[in-house]
This record gives sequence, C-alpha cells and structure tokens, in this order.
Amino acid sequence: METQTETLKKETKVSNKRMTGAEAVIQCLLAEGVDLIYGYPGGAIMPVYDELYKYQDQLHHVLTRHEQGATHAAQGYARTSGRVGVALATSGPGATNFVTGIADAQIDSTPMVCITGQVGSHLLGSDAFQETDIIGISTPITKWNHQITKAEDIPSVLAKAFYIARSGRPGPVLIDITKDAQFGELDFIYEKCVGVRSYKPVPKTDPSTIKEAAKLINSSKKPMIVFGQGVILGEAEEELKAFVEKAGIPSAWTILGLSALPTKHPLNVGMVGMHGNYGPNKLTNECDLLLAIGMRFDDRVTGNLETYAKQAKVIHFEIDPAEVNKNVKADVAVMGNVKNTLAQLLPLVQPNTHDSWLQEYRKYDAIEYDKVIKNELFPDKDGLSMGEVIRGINQETGGDAVIVSDVGQHQMIACRYAEFTQSKSNITSGGLGTMGFALPAAIGAKMGTPEREVVAIIGDGGYQMTIQELGTIFQTKIPVKIVVLNNDFLGMVRQWQQLFFDKRYASTEMVNPDFVKIAEGYHIKSTRITKRENLQEAIAEMIACKEPYFLEVCVEKENNVFPMIPTGASVSDVRLE
Amino acid sequence: MKKENYTISVYTENNIGLLNRISAIFLRRHINLESFTASVSEIKDVFRFTIVVSITEEQVKKIIGQIEKQIEVIKAFYHKDDETIYQETALYKIASKLLFEERKIQNVIKDSNANIVTVTPEFFVLEKTGRRRDVEELYNQLEPYGLMQFVRSGRISITKQKMHISKILENFGIEEELV
Repeated sequence: METQTETLKKETKVSNKRMTGAEAVIQCLLAEGVDLIYGYPGGAIMPVYDELYKYQDQLHHVLTRHEQGATHAAQGYARTSGRVGVALATSGPGATNFVTGIADAQIDSTPMVCITGQVGSHLLGSDAFQETDIIGISTPITKWNHQITKAEDIPSVLAKAFYIARSGRPGPVLIDITKDAQFGELDFIYEKCVGVRSYKPVPKTDPSTIKEAAKLINSSKKPMIVFGQGVILGEAEEELKAFVEKAGIPSAWTILGLSALPTKHPLNVGMVGMHGNYGPNKLTNECDLLLAIGMRFDDRVTGNLETYAKQAKVIHFEIDPAEVNKNVKADVAVMGNVKNTLAQLLPLVQPNTHDSWLQEYRKYDAIEYDKVIKNELFPDKDGLSMGEVIRGINQETGGDAVIVSDVGQHQMIACRYAEFTQSKSNITSGGLGTMGFALPAAIGAKMGTPEREVVAIIGDGGYQMTIQELGTIFQTKIPVKIVVLNNDFLGMVRQWQQLFFDKRYASTEMVNPDFVKIAEGYHIKSTRITKRENLQEAIAEMIACKEPYFLEVCVEKENNVFPMIPTGASVSDVRLE
Repeated sequence: MKKENYTISVYTENNIGLLNRISAIFLRRHINLESFTASVSEIKDVFRFTIVVSITEEQVKKIIGQIEKQIEVIKAFYHKDDETIYQETALYKIASKLLFEERKIQNVIKDSNANIVTVTPEFFVLEKTGRRRDVEELYNQLEPYGLMQFVRSGRISITKQKMHISKILENFGIEEELV
C-alpha cells in the first residue's frame, strides 16, 4: 500500500472539468489518495452517494451499521495505516452519530476527515427536516471544521481539511456540505494544500534546547523515559530505539505509546499510569530525570500532580505548544516532531548503560510478578482469567498481531500483557475511553493493514454497544478475529464499586444474550470457551481461520485489575492488591 | 497565584465559526469574560478579538496556548492593565425634561466631559469614553434621576509594546520553506 508520504509526492494538480459538487467530493478524495471510506447514506448526502455508485471501482465504500461505527472504523484504519481515515454521513442524526468518534479522534490525535451532508442552504436555521447545527456541535471536538454552501468551494476546503487532519499533531476535521452545494456545478481544479497562513503544524526546534537536553541526559544517574503516541504519529520508532539504546535509559510507555518499542526490548520497562506496571510507576518518583517523549501527561498517567516526579528534572519532547507546562512543568521543552528532535539529540548523548538503575525496575518487576502477574497469566483457580487469554493469543501470534481493545478491565489486561513486535499495533480508545470502540475499529484496522492479523479484545458490555457492526463484518467478509472476554459484569465499574463503594454493585451486572448464536446469525464462525483445557486450541483455531471468527471466553466474574493507582493518589502509592 | 485583569488580543483570519471556538475555550474552564470585543485590526483581512479576563498568569498562559492552537488564529498575546492603553465607551439615554427639571444634572454633565450625541424633545443621549471607573462614576451620578437606557462597550485596548503580527504574516511561506 502507498504511504501517505508517497501520496503527497504525487502530482498534486488534477484539473479542469465541469462537474457537480458531489462529483467534486469524490474527485477530491481520489486526489488525496483515498481508496476506502466508511459511511452511511441518507437524504442530505444522497448526491455524493450517487457519485460513489459511479466511482465504486476506484473508491470503495464500506457500509457500517451505524454512523458511530463509521467513525471508529475510520480511526482504526488511520491508526494502523498511518493515513487519513474518511467517514461519510448524512445530516441530522447521521451527523450527531459521528460525535463520539470525532471526540475520540480528537483526544487521541487521530487523523480523520468526516464529511456530512446538510440541508439546502436556503433551509439553514429553519429547523428543517434532519437539520442540525453540526458545525456548532462539533466545534469543541474537531481540530477544524467548516460548512460548504457553494459547490466551487469544495476542492479548496477539502484540500485544507486533509492537510489539517494529517499535519502537525493530527486530528479530526469535519466538513459539512449543504445539499445545494452538492448539486451545484463547478470547474474542478484540485490543488493540494501545502500550508495555511494562520497555522504552524510543527513548531521550530530551538537548537539550544537539544543541547540542554543532552547535557541533562549525560549527567543523569537515574534517567527514565516515558514515551507516547507522538513517537508513532511522528514515525519516530527507529529514532526512539536508537536513542534508548545509546543512552541506555529504561523506557516506559503510555497506553497509546504501546508498540512503538517492542515489548520484549531489554530497556522496555512497561506501562505507566493507573493500571501500569509497578516499577515504572514507583520509580517515576525516584528518577532524577524524566524524559517525556510525545506524550501529554494525562491524569491517568500522572495520578496526583502535586506528588508527580517532583524530584526529577523534566524534558518534554512535544509537537503541540499547548501541551508544554499544561500539566507538568518542563525544565527543558524540546519542540518539534520527535522524529527530528530525537535524531538531532542522538549524536550529542554519550553511550551509557544504567545497569544498577535498570535493576531497580527489575526488582519491582519481580514483586509485581509474584503478587499480580503470575496469578493473572497462570491462575491456579478454576475460573479463567483475562490474562491467560491474552497469553494464549501471544503464543499463537508471536506478538505480530494488531490488538484492538475496547474499554474496561479487558483493555487494561490486553495492554498490560499483549506482546508487540512492531509499531502501530495497539489500537485502543485511550483518552476518551469509548466503550464500543473496538469492534468497528478492528474492521478499519484490518483494512488499514490487510496482511496482518487483527484481533479485537472486547468486554461483554462494550461489545453490545456496537454489536451491530457484526453486520459490516458479515457483508465485507473482513477477516477480523473477535474475542469477547465475558464476565457478565461491567467489570471495571464493578471493580471500583468493590474497592470504593463497599461492593454496592449498582447496575453493573449484565444478563447477556447468547453471543455465539448472535454471531451465528451473521454466519460468523464462533466458539464459546468456559474451560481452561479448551482455551489454547480454540485460540489456535481462531488465529488459523482465514475468515472472521468470534470467540467468547467466559472468564472469572469478579477478578480485579492490579496494580492500581486510585484516583487522586500518587504514582508511588500504586497498589498491588 | 493571584488573579489579575489580563487583556488577551487575538489576531485571526475572518471565520464565522472562530468566535464559537474561542468562547468555548473559556466556557470549558468556567472562566467568565469581563468583556469581549471583535473588530478589524491594523492589517488588511486580519481580525482582532480583545478579551478581558480576571485569572492567574498561569491560567492565561494555558489559555493563550489553547487559543493559538485553533487553526484560524494567527497569534494571541496577553497583557496586564499597565501594559496597555485601554478604554470603554458608554451611552446614557435620559429623558429631556429632566434637563430642565433637575438643575444638578446640568452640572453633572458639564463636569463629566461627556458628549451629547443626540437631543430630541423626548430624550437626549450622552456618550462617555474612559476607564471603567469614569464610566461608572457618571452612571452612579445619573442613575438617581432615572436612566431610560444604559449600555457599556467591551474594553478596547492598544498595547504599549509592539505586537509583531505583521512580521509573522510576512514571514509566512518563507519559514515554511525553511522547515
């Protein structure tokens, strides 16, 4: 598949034909190298769908079963392919159903262009049928949005939309097109957008900050890296690895940074944050230098800011100026794409190893293994644990699969225990925590990297929020593997109720349908596992299957995810039980 | 950290949605706007919002970051009161008969340096420009006699120091090539 950069290098001018606005939308998408979009038709977007019919050989449209599914699928596609995901919907409810996916893409910096139809411009503001102010609604959750009311504006606005969505810190853009603009005619000329006067996607790097950073790194005795999704979005995996290895610095990751460095790398010390690993959380408050690389100090990462890494100097490598000093004060802020800044930093750092410091992490690892990991991966109780399912998947895929997780206990277990050998492999809703994300996102993730195995790990709660996308899987025959870890509870909420609300399980117990029968209704191969002795074989069968596959694993009902930093507590107060 | 008045000047492209984007930044953080004024600026096709808020300097820095992050914002600056020249304008509508019935009103008007904008047999309109306290002082003096209408504008302000906005715009394109 063509990468985004290759697409950009191509001839950028497509020119000179009289056509309708609707056809121009298609031509713009083709000019941007888009060959796949997700959507759902309806009244106000019908002219565009009519053109899609004519262009179906060049532009493949995936009909999801709900507009929310279209946005999550576009997100999944964007995150595995590194390209801009595109979603299409009609006005009114079609547009409002986009809202969750757009908000998710905004907080997780996913490049996405959402196109919505709108009532005719003469009807705007008249409370017309299926009219909604989607520009007003989407303003706080988009990187940029714009309403087109004239056909001739379509090429320039869509060009700008793609440029803004993918450049700098990526994000979602929503373009609302009135029906008359779709029907109207224009002389089509497409010029790729190469800049917007008021928008600087990548801030300039001050060379003195690189020198200052190198100085701190070279004199540090106990440095620690926390890397985030900025490494993946900046395609800086090699630069990160080279830097980590040369400087010999223990490196932890945020949930969205996961897979940027192979999980088995000797300097990879695990996850930080609420359900992160014991060592990196504890040692955040013991390191003398904290290097934050392409991450934003989310509250789930830092816990209580008043007691977060106060002893350490902080170097923040960041592309978005608004993130610097937002939550954690940086002693040195290195602005720019981490791909460039890490490359500039590399020659200035002295080769080093921090063996005894690394041993500190390993000591905590041993404690965590004993108290938590062993029981999760190799439980001695009868009931199945979520962890042993992930272990089984690791065994069959060798860590080469893309893992798409939903939100809740299974997500934390998947992120804690899944093994990854390559980047862009952990697809999850991090910032927004959108239950229902995984099933549609897995569809997009698989289409974004068709040659790779894609396994969705979903809880029984989140699964039922977008379960209708089984229809999309059935219709497209997209061979995603779906694993539902069923504990008949909204497990994470139940865990909090157990720990902080005296076990008052208010509305967290679920009476579930027969998920296997539902999958069968969509003619998707399926199995339910309730016993350990059948688990590995079932996982092997699922991974070997060339078609979509549904695997339900009935797990222990009231297991908890540990370690855990209670809300508002310090990272060093991470609990093991 | 103590709260202070900050005047935020935002230079922007003309975009109808931008007002919404900018006000949402304050709304989300429960920050009250003391005043909000939109106008053209000294540069062709560049618009300017002048916003007054009472917050801490740490807050205002973060707000500036969030404002500048918006695509159509060219640049945002913040200044303390003593770094700017600022004014507000108010209009006072008063029944004309009071002018003849209440002699004291004539003195108030004379002493206030207010301008008489219009006079009709029914009412007359005063205009007063100055600092908030000047405008409020006149309000307090006239209010006992009965104001038919009163309105005060948002703050407009000019900074004492230069804001290098023209340079930023001129350099656009050149800088892009360097990157």
